[in-house]
Amino acid sequence: MATIFEALREALLLILSGDPVVLAIVWRSLHVTTLALIISTLLGIPIGTWFALTNIPFKRILTAIIYTGMGLPPVVVGLVVYLLLSRQGPMGDLGWLFTIPAMVLAQTIIATPLIIGVTLSSVLSVDPALRPQLQALGATHWQTVVATLTEARFGIIVGLVAGFGSIISEVGAVMIVGGNIDGSTRVLTTAIVLETRRGNFDLALALGIILLGISFLTNFVLVMLQGRATIPR
Amino acid sequence: MKNIYQINRLEQRYGRRCVLSIDSLDIHRGEILALVGPSGAGKSTLLRLLAMLEAPTAGHLAINLRQSYTYHDIPIEAKRQIAMVFQRPALLSRSVWANVAYGLKLRGQRTCEVQVEDMLKRLSIDHLTDAKPRTLSGGEMQRVSIARAMILQPEVLILDEPTSNLDPHNIRIIEHFLQDQHAEQGTTIVIVTHNIFQAKRLADRVGLIYDGHLIEVTDTQTFFENPHDERTAAFTGGHLIY
Repeated sequence: MATIFEALREALLLILSGDPVVLAIVWRSLHVTTLALIISTLLGIPIGTWFALTNIPFKRILTAIIYTGMGLPPVVVGLVVYLLLSRQGPMGDLGWLFTIPAMVLAQTIIATPLIIGVTLSSVLSVDPALRPQLQALGATHWQTVVATLTEARFGIIVGLVAGFGSIISEVGAVMIVGGNIDGSTRVLTTAIVLETRRGNFDLALALGIILLGISFLTNFVLVMLQGRATIPR
Repeated sequence: MKNIYQINRLEQRYGRRCVLSIDSLDIHRGEILALVGPSGAGKSTLLRLLAMLEAPTAGHLAINLRQSYTYHDIPIEAKRQIAMVFQRPALLSRSVWANVAYGLKLRGQRTCEVQVEDMLKRLSIDHLTDAKPRTLSGGEMQRVSIARAMILQPEVLILDEPTSNLDPHNIRIIEHFLQDQHAEQGTTIVIVTHNIFQAKRLADRVGLIYDGHLIEVTDTQTFFENPHDERTAAFTGGHLIY
């Protein structure tokens, strides 16, 4: 127990002192995760919306596949991306393996089905009578889609929070495709694994506290946005 | 042109099932036409076709605005001359004010405070300006639904059982409002109702739709007092036809 408290004290000191190594790792984590989330959002919301609002063959099977994709094991994603980006792989020429783009790609693959799935279920939960009603008031197809998405905004925001949470705390995929290279691809989760193995519990704990703090702050900001998302007159 | 709608050999099928087949129907500009008939007769299908929300499977349905349009060639500006109110009001989860202003905002109108407030007053819902739909009663929701359609000053207002399940107080408010708007603006109103007394109170002409066919359409007095078809007589006489 004493070790834990000691490590906690050291961790707080590291955070408060603004250690440049720690800051670089934090910045890299945020960079990778934010970029992956932006790409996943740009892909996931339109695909999820289209899927919800369009009647296509085999929709139920495809929906089941999307929902399965929401729980993709990060290690498996990491392995697949590794194989794709390795020298003999189909995307080997890009030279992305053990670089930030590889980590962004892996995290995008993890988060996109999640955002598609949550958008899909949020849009489907909007009253189906609303769309013909809005069209009967003169809304174009796109205006109807925008209004439907606005109605589904709470669910979608939750989806974004879940997506962010799942990829910033993910370790398997970034470890495999990033390689945990010091000063290059080391992020919070991979650094925690490494420092724990080394016995540097104070640093590992400091990074863990920062990770939790980022998660809390993101959730807090999004919950605040959710509260303000009610449209004024 | 006297007729705002012209229908010839109109047919609507969903899969193999033919739900509506009307040989001929003209709807006069500025009239209130009530459509009555049993559930599942095709009344709501006809309304959706009139509102240009779906394309007919076969036949001809044209609306005469500045020019004549069908589902396939009607531009959005012309389509916006038609507003429809559904049986179950589907409101946006915004304030009453935002719901009523919605159609005007769609049309690019930035300031609409005076219009919205006037419309809310006319339907006696001005005390609910900032209320959210989930806090409203069924009658209040339907009044919001009618307000957001009528504020658009459409050429045609289509109403699908707007007062079903409402109490007499709400029915009275809505009927008076529709009569006033019709008198002031000459809006063509097509209303589907299960309440034949409502049809009698409001309509210039009444039509009976039965089993996907338009059995009879005539002026209100003839419809109720001297109908040509025995099914109309049975319907207005209170006999069950289904």
